[in-house]
Amino acid sequence: MSVTEPNAEHAGPAPTPHVSERGRVWAALRRNKPALAGLFILAVLVVAGALGPLLAPYGINEVDADHLFQGPSRDHPFGTDDAGRDVFSRVLVAARVSLLVGLVSVGIALLVGVTIGLVAGYYRGVVDNVLMRCMDVLFAFPVLLLAVAIVAVLGRGLVTAMVAIGVVYTPIFARVTRASVLSVREQVFVTAAVSTGASDWRIMRRHVLPNIAAPLIVQTSLSLAFAILSEAALSFLGLGIQPPQPSWGRMLYDGRGYVQDAWWMGLFPGLAIFLVVLAFNIVGDALRDVLDPRQLTKDEARRTA
Amino acid sequence: MTTTGSTESTATDVVARVTDLRVHFPVGRGSVVHAVDGVSLDVRRGETLGLVGESGSGKSTTGLALLRLVHVTSGTVEVAGQDVTTWSRRQVKPLRRRVAMVFQDPSASLDPRLTIGASIAEPLAVHGLRGSKAERRERVGELLDLVGLRPDMADRHPHEMSGGQRQRVGIARALAGEPDLLVLDEPIASLDLSVQAQIMNLLRRLQEELGLTYLFISHDLAAVEHMSDRVAVMYLGRIVETGTPEQIYRNPAHPYTAALLSAVPTADPARERERRRITLHGDIPSPVDPPSGCRFRTRCPAARPDCAEKDPDLYQVEEGHRAACLYKVEAVREMRAGADRATG
Repeated sequence: MSVTEPNAEHAGPAPTPHVSERGRVWAALRRNKPALAGLFILAVLVVAGALGPLLAPYGINEVDADHLFQGPSRDHPFGTDDAGRDVFSRVLVAARVSLLVGLVSVGIALLVGVTIGLVAGYYRGVVDNVLMRCMDVLFAFPVLLLAVAIVAVLGRGLVTAMVAIGVVYTPIFARVTRASVLSVREQVFVTAAVSTGASDWRIMRRHVLPNIAAPLIVQTSLSLAFAILSEAALSFLGLGIQPPQPSWGRMLYDGRGYVQDAWWMGLFPGLAIFLVVLAFNIVGDALRDVLDPRQLTKDEARRTA
Repeated sequence: MTTTGSTESTATDVVARVTDLRVHFPVGRGSVVHAVDGVSLDVRRGETLGLVGESGSGKSTTGLALLRLVHVTSGTVEVAGQDVTTWSRRQVKPLRRRVAMVFQDPSASLDPRLTIGASIAEPLAVHGLRGSKAERRERVGELLDLVGLRPDMADRHPHEMSGGQRQRVGIARALAGEPDLLVLDEPIASLDLSVQAQIMNLLRRLQEELGLTYLFISHDLAAVEHMSDRVAVMYLGRIVETGTPEQIYRNPAHPYTAALLSAVPTADPARERERRRITLHGDIPSPVDPPSGCRFRTRCPAARPDCAEKDPDLYQVEEGHRAACLYKVEAVREMRAGADRATG
């Protein structure tokens, strides 16, 4: 077994050309037409959220008593409501609230849920049991019921709505994270990191978290859809954004009484909710196919059914 | 059990000493796997101790115990003269700098998300060895060069490299903290034959240049003979024979070792014709419920009723050569005769 040592694999097999993961994901998404449409809708949502008030042709509370219940026209593409306000402007401006509630509440759920799931999955045993049983308790309540209960305790308003929705979606992130951590934790590279003397915190942050990013990205995208839907539902029930601030859910509620005479009051905010939720779902599904075909989170579907 | 060869070695030249080590894993319903069940060994400064045995013999677990990567049930682990068996997590951290590990499958032991430079720099960052990023990067370059890779490969990911290159990265990472002892857990088992030779030669060169001590764990008899200064043969959580490669490969004194060696073909046709194969029957027994007395008796062609009663200690065959068999060389001689009859 004595072979002179070629002092290197300098001339080793040619490495596969460098294709970054990001590049691969992009290429796959570009081939997926529905995902592209979804991304386009989300781009519109982001622009509306950022620049809504600047783009809106009318003020959100610009009452025009001479033009109540106007159907869609060139002046008012989405018509006017019972106070003569421009529905298009209100839908546009309300995008910011929806986006904000979605991002903040999912941000809360992500931060808290991932932390809990990471600790539970990494340490297992008693820690795992205690944390996950707490999550199960939260999980046992229907989404809206729990959110309504939280709003009832904390009082209505934008911040409460965000906190309530965040709490409601925390267990889903905790579960997805824990399941992924349990499998990553068994990988040899984690043992290898332990063998170098790395601390638990370092291993979780540097080795475990990046390796469970794929299912979390997918979950985030899907949860954004449901968070926006939940906000609309809360506002519809009068527990979310308070008038006269426009929100899609509230506008839907207001339009409810005029479905026969002024269908546009309810149709356009409803359509906005529908499109945004659909877009997040399509993009989330596409990301799931691209990033991790095995990871199917049934939790979300079961939860909101 | 006696410490292998401890008579000749003083405390100062022993890098690591394991005394009557037991590692038991509970596996539910009250069952316990006796992965390591009374192992004692010394690893001396500058040597390569080869640990050879079948899978499930406890050789890897013994290696993991040296870094306190498994829970030690009883016995002691000493590194550099200090008993580290009960050290706290905080104390164990510097231990994992003294003793570093190279794993079997480099494609599994390197984090796929990190560049190899980041993997190699991990021990540096963990132990605060090179403060600045630039210093660390420079050291990573040195380490890559040391293991025969180009320093500019630091920015690659593991999937962009070949198996041999990846194992070089694994070795570079193990060397980053300037350890005294490297635990090499099957470092060549998952590599192609030609690459195995390259990695073994690299390991030998590094040992010479850096004065390293190796615990070389392998099931490959030829590789262990090639690499080791001393060899310990493990069976079912115990060391059954220990000695120099010369002593063990020429003159095995334990029936298990003799049977293992008889299964290895030789390259010399004349000697190959002479070779008599001793066939062992059955599989390695479950470590959940190891046999009473001598652990090997259930598969030993020379087993006698006594063997179920007495648990044999290591006896001295000759200077530095020990084996754990009640009937000493007699058993091996008897087996050989049996094998001759069977095939001749």
